[in-house]
Amino acid sequence: MEYEAVIGLETHCQLKTKSKMFCGCANEFGAEPNTNVCPVCLGMPGVLPVPNERALQLTALTGYLLNCEVPSFAKFDRKNYFYPDVCKDYQITQYDFPSTTTGHVDFEFGDGLERVRITRAHLEEDVGKNNHFEQHSGVDFNRAGVPLLEIVSEPDLRSADMAYDYLNALKDILIYGGISDCDMEKGMVRCDVNISVRPKGTEELGVKVEIKNMNTFSGVRRAINYEVPRQIETLESGGTLVQETRRWNDVAGITETMRTKEHAHDYRYFPEPDLMPLRPDEAWLAAVRSQVVELPLVRKQRFVIDYGIPAQDADVFVGNVPLGGFFEQAVKGAANPKAIANWVINNLQARLTETGSTVDDLKFEPSAIVELVAIIDAGTISSTGGQEVFAELFEDGGSPAAIVEAKGLAQVSDSGELEQWCREAIDANPGPADDFRNGKENAINFLKGQVMKASRGKANPQVVGETLAKLLKG
Amino acid sequence: MLHELTLSALTAKLAAGEVSAREAMLACLDRIDAVDGQVNAFMSLDRDDALGQAEAADAALANGSTHAAQPLLGVPVSLKDLFCAKGQPANCSSKILGDFRSPYDGTVVRKLRDAGAVLFGRVNMDEFAMGSSTENSAFGRSHNPWDLERVPGGSSGGCAASVAAQECFASIGTDTGGSIRQPAALCGCVGLKPTYGRVSRYGVGAVASSLDQVGPLARDVRDSATLLGAMAGHDPRDSTSVPTEVPDYAAGLGGDLKGIKLGLPREYLIDGIDPEVRAAFDAAVKQCEALGAEIHEVSMPHTEYGVATYYIVATAEASANLARFDGIRYGERVDGDDPFSLYCNTRGRGFGEEVKRRIILGTYVLSSGYYDAYYLRAQKVRTLIKRDFEQAFETVDALITPTVPAPAFKAGEKMDDPLQMYLSDIFTISCNLAGTCGISLPCGFTSDPKLPIGLQLLGKPFGESELLQIAHAYEQATPWHTERAAL
Amino acid sequence: MANNDFDIRYVANLARIALSPDEEAKLGAQLGDILGYVKKLEELDVAGVEPMAHAVPLANVLRADEVRPSIPQEAALANAPKQANGLFIVPKIVE
Ligand SMILES: [Mg+2]
Ligand SMILES: [Zn+2]
Repeated sequence: MEYEAVIGLETHCQLKTKSKMFCGCANEFGAEPNTNVCPVCLGMPGVLPVPNERALQLTALTGYLLNCEVPSFAKFDRKNYFYPDVCKDYQITQYDFPSTTTGHVDFEFGDGLERVRITRAHLEEDVGKNNHFEQHSGVDFNRAGVPLLEIVSEPDLRSADMAYDYLNALKDILIYGGISDCDMEKGMVRCDVNISVRPKGTEELGVKVEIKNMNTFSGVRRAINYEVPRQIETLESGGTLVQETRRWNDVAGITETMRTKEHAHDYRYFPEPDLMPLRPDEAWLAAVRSQVVELPLVRKQRFVIDYGIPAQDADVFVGNVPLGGFFEQAVKGAANPKAIANWVINNLQARLTETGSTVDDLKFEPSAIVELVAIIDAGTISSTGGQEVFAELFEDGGSPAAIVEAKGLAQVSDSGELEQWCREAIDANPGPADDFRNGKENAINFLKGQVMKASRGKANPQVVGETLAKLLKG
Repeated sequence: MLHELTLSALTAKLAAGEVSAREAMLACLDRIDAVDGQVNAFMSLDRDDALGQAEAADAALANGSTHAAQPLLGVPVSLKDLFCAKGQPANCSSKILGDFRSPYDGTVVRKLRDAGAVLFGRVNMDEFAMGSSTENSAFGRSHNPWDLERVPGGSSGGCAASVAAQECFASIGTDTGGSIRQPAALCGCVGLKPTYGRVSRYGVGAVASSLDQVGPLARDVRDSATLLGAMAGHDPRDSTSVPTEVPDYAAGLGGDLKGIKLGLPREYLIDGIDPEVRAAFDAAVKQCEALGAEIHEVSMPHTEYGVATYYIVATAEASANLARFDGIRYGERVDGDDPFSLYCNTRGRGFGEEVKRRIILGTYVLSSGYYDAYYLRAQKVRTLIKRDFEQAFETVDALITPTVPAPAFKAGEKMDDPLQMYLSDIFTISCNLAGTCGISLPCGFTSDPKLPIGLQLLGKPFGESELLQIAHAYEQATPWHTERAAL
Repeated sequence: MANNDFDIRYVANLARIALSPDEEAKLGAQLGDILGYVKKLEELDVAGVEPMAHAVPLANVLRADEVRPSIPQEAALANAPKQANGLFIVPKIVE
């Protein structure tokens, strides 16, 4: 029998706020242990939470970016479980009325596009961090209370690679929207993976196994690649699967039982009495919507279709949004988008990187690139001359035409002067000249180089080639 | 004697320079030395700190500070053992907090200090405010100053006892299901439970978050008004605190009851009421009528479901609120080989019986498979109870009821029957469920032994001004508030 | 509503409270009585009634995303039963 994997992901990402979710402590990675803490995030007696508005805005914004609904009513709940890193021994989260519901993520997978439905994205607080030693563990609450968005997908994923590409696409969206820095090294993104298998073609879901606390995407991929065959082999050998929570042992490369259904937690969710419900009104939502950005995939498709540039170039403009913005300003109405893309990617991007500056620092307008390309296309200057114009433009600003003028970079196409240089080159280099006459067409390039040198780059190479050929054949 | 004065009489003398805050504080300390061995209201007391605060108040008075700006300037006030003040214990009368000292000031503490109060001493309570007799304190019970064999009520029993024993001029307590009003009634003081959201809960050991409110226990209604004015107001640290203006409660006192409509809830006049309590209550109603009030019978049909609703909602919230007492970050730890056994040992040893009972009940009603049957249903009944109040307030300005069906009972009488103990809160509980305000004030005494009887008035949400006016008019027409326990 | 299926041991475990056998028996019986009493609520028809989680009808109570000072590490750890190297020390966490 052929089996298929059914995979859903719960992805937790830390939101990009200045302060924590329910107190004013800094949302900052890497501080000395227990220094970004206060009575509230230490769960001292008598403290009360007050929600961070920015975290709620970022949650709604995520909703819009993931094509979700942002309901007009949401609330916080308590999820009760005892654990040393949970400072109150309950976590404030959103249970039955989350801040965003029912959306989807489209992403490139293989040669095509895939869609994963999003069940919900709800806001909660992160827990502290446990450090493990020989005899005991030690808890640092700096991370406790950092706003955490849990994005739950429907079980629409069918393979490890698909899960991997979905996660990367999701990460790009979150970084794009300014929702999260998604720095994996800093533990800003963590996943729980739900996996079951079923005979291909059937609808009913198999026994679900949850793999908790994955902190790399490659780990997720490896864990699925281990777990799916394990489940299939178990079934094929006549065994039964139990609903359980497993952990990924990265060293051994296997999943291991953590707890079975009988020992599952009873979280005793109930409405958080310390926090009032959320009823986002139209004005508040409109302000959030004004922060919506174009998604990476949409942007890529638009660049390819609207400007006719290659997918790789579009990828550059997806990865570097300000650069893409500059390109878009330049390309409007320009005759040669591809050439403009080349200049922006190959020259402008390189110079910005070298000088550590941004497009905001530029001393010239996007229209200058259009002008530069037009001058080159018209043959007024050579591409070498173009480089010189661009260097000047980047350094001091101005207009390409003025720079060409000032530097005397205009190509010489005047036949008299050109013919003189060509004759001199042929006379001085009889060997290549004879080679050409004897059918070695490439030999003309050497002569062409000599002419360009003599003209100090000002000769129009195309006219030089034509003149040389005429003289040699003549 | 100085310690017998009302708060307002004391501030008048302080303002006139007739006595100093230091003298007032010393009077309280002397009184504590004299009677607290019998009453056992005070759990901890820092005399030097208390006198230091009093001297600072004297210095402020000498520098021209006034009671108009700081209405509690130089007034010794005691605190229930669950308020957080930086560097001070807040044991909640539990063993589990060990030698915990709060790293921060709660809002009420800060506001009372800003108003000039000399905050001294931590008074006894039922452990984590769970109880109606202060017998559930891990540090021994408190005694009713009117009859030492009897309970002072609870959970703010130490507050009521310390005020009735004249060991302080007022005390600050909390009321989750009657924990201010019931002990006030049993000890013959005035106890005010403000509307939910009126006083910040930040820095107050939480029991049942959606029910808890902070309020004063005092000698008379005017003192209560002054204290509420000092504590009330919006607090951005408490998301449930309501941004409503704080009126000058004390300034509004002094009228009569003409045109006031008082509702007599039919369902509160049950058979089980002690005859002397009933007689005193009936007389109080007549007195109000004589003062100009119209009495209307009203119906609060869901009253009988109050206790059941309360013990589901309150215990569920408490089970989560008290989870943090786990021996990890603060408090007494009883070790174990792993976190699980550390929790079980710490909490098994650290909590008293009633706290365990309620946490387990609250855990159960939230647990998988039972939530809808218990917790969700109780939340819906809570809506019905609130509607009872809304409907009653459509026709009347306030409700008038006995505070407790019976006077103070003897210690030990109900300890092994928690359900009977719970049922003694039958008249006070609905007010917390509905989130409205209530006050208890003396309305007479039983004959033998002489024990105080409490009258309860329940007001509209944020109707404290009106409630205090009604209570004040009644109080001024009766002698009860002037009586003092003979100790 | 649930009958007498109240399992004190299971619930005490959930609540992380160790009980002695005597306590188990006593609390179990008392809680049985209390649960019997709260069954009263079954008498009421609550169909269509909104559950009430808060006593006041506020919504959208939020704070601005501003950093406020934290407390010093010593203050954070001052009440800890066991601490070392800036951490709250607990028995080894296995899971
Ligand atoms: Mg979660
Ligand atoms: Zn904090």
